[in-house]
Amino acid sequence: MTTLLKLLLEGESLTTDQMAEVLDWDRAAVEQELARLEADCTLLGWRPVLHPNISAEKQVRALIEVKITPEREGGFDRTGERIARFDEVESCYLMSGAYDLMVVVRGGNLHDIANFVSARLASIEGVLSTATHFMLRAYKEQGFLLSREQRDPDKPAVSP
Amino acid sequence: MSAPWSRFVADHIVDLPPSGIREFFAIVEENPDAISLGVGEPDFTTPWRVREAAIFALERGKTSYTNNLGLIGLRRAINRYLHSRFALEYNPDNEILVSVGVSEALDIAMRATLNPGDKVLYHEPCYVSYSPSIRLCHAEGVPVRTRAEDGFALDPEALERAWTPGCRALLLNFPSNPTGGVAGGEVLERIARFAVAKDLLVYSDEIYAELTYDGVHQSIARFPGMRERTIFLHGVSKAFAMTGFRLGYACAPKPLIEAMMKVHQYAMMCAPILSQEAAIEALTNGEPDVVRMREAYQRRRDLIVRRLNEAGLTCHMPRATFYAFPSIASSGLNERDFALRLLQAEQVALVPGSAFGAGGEGFVRASFSTSYERIIEACDRIERFVDSLVVRA
Ligand SMILES: Cc1ncc(COP(=O)(O)O)c(C=O)c1O
Repeated sequence: MTTLLKLLLEGESLTTDQMAEVLDWDRAAVEQELARLEADCTLLGWRPVLHPNISAEKQVRALIEVKITPEREGGFDRTGERIARFDEVESCYLMSGAYDLMVVVRGGNLHDIANFVSARLASIEGVLSTATHFMLRAYKEQGFLLSREQRDPDKPAVSP
Repeated sequence: MSAPWSRFVADHIVDLPPSGIREFFAIVEENPDAISLGVGEPDFTTPWRVREAAIFALERGKTSYTNNLGLIGLRRAINRYLHSRFALEYNPDNEILVSVGVSEALDIAMRATLNPGDKVLYHEPCYVSYSPSIRLCHAEGVPVRTRAEDGFALDPEALERAWTPGCRALLLNFPSNPTGGVAGGEVLERIARFAVAKDLLVYSDEIYAELTYDGVHQSIARFPGMRERTIFLHGVSKAFAMTGFRLGYACAPKPLIEAMMKVHQYAMMCAPILSQEAAIEALTNGEPDVVRMREAYQRRRDLIVRRLNEAGLTCHMPRATFYAFPSIASSGLNERDFALRLLQAEQVALVPGSAFGAGGEGFVRASFSTSYERIIEACDRIERFVDSLVVRA
């Protein structure tokens, strides 16, 4: 893993200048490395992580278990990729175990998701069955704990 | 008229000078918005797996005293850990004592082994408790300076020169707070030979061992003739970010542990059981967390040392700990004025080096146990402050 990637994964959000400062690189080198990570698809992109419970968008999310029939050529991939392309789909994984695809879907409300599942997902060729689980509350979102640990006010500012 | 109260206070306590760090702490407290590079503890929260182990222990009703030496499960975990990490071996049945932090371990080690009037060699600048702890035993400290030119390792020749008849013990702290100095194999070997030649008992506080960035940590206890004369002191405070758990341990040959046990059983009885349970989890499964934190400290170290040097404060590269110890000689101020004026002018808190003994004059301790963003901001301010001094001069 590259030094820059390690720094990014530590999770402190830093500007490009601050990254350059920490790594003792010049700014251009950081930009170049970031571009390289994006070009080789190590880094897929940047997006804000919203609090799912109080998100400005007030969206509903569901986890859908999908069973599919593998195709003669391409196995599960073609169907998986086809499902993944929908804007409603946040993530989509091939799973081991009781079902084949785990699809995380978001929508404005419960009906949006119900519609998506019945009208879109279920009708795709090769989809055998779906089971939809609505998410009720989040405790951790993409590595962020939602019950923020508070900085301890009792911790002394100077100690031996 | 404060005099009357002193008739109730022991003479050697009246004579004990106040801690330089507490004094400075009081000043910093008046500046709550200052960026503090003054903390002597990890900024990370204890890893969840360790906290969870403490909660689980509480749920199971683990609320009793333990064996005076500590839970046997913990002592076994300590033995396994020390063996795999530092190639040290101590019998969990009678060579390991679990204490309330290295603080207590050091205190009982000295109380169990020093007679009034004994002399104890120690290197300075050093952790704030060393000199007072020696005095609390009615013993006499014999400081040996460590210097920036040597990377704050102990120069064996300086140690030999400092020795006088009556020196019975040597207190070592490598890696060292506040300097980040370490002692390499060659230095340790010479110190060991000297300790054997002078028949010294050695207290070795190795609490920062895991936070070694360059090279591997070596314990003095591994050198020829040392195991039988060394009280090895360690704990979970720094490497596992567990300062508030107050858990440490001492390892030494059985007769020394027995002597320490005599003090510990009456003064403390045992370390808190919840902390002991948490420490088992830390020592057994906490390695990935230690690695994660160490890697972050190392990047912060490289950053702060570079920036301090760029700001004109000559700073050696600490090979361990989370402390940078730059010289402030170029500022033309003494370390106290430097720290006070920096705090007033730029709201950055550092600890004046003299809080760590006479050898710290002309230096300040800058802890890098804080976020990159704060380190960068603090260094910008320090640079501005130093520049303002030069312009005026
Ligand atoms: C060198 C040294 N020894 C001992 C201690 C105290 O450690 P504990 O938390 O185990 O009592 C510290 C804490 O700052 C330290 O820096």
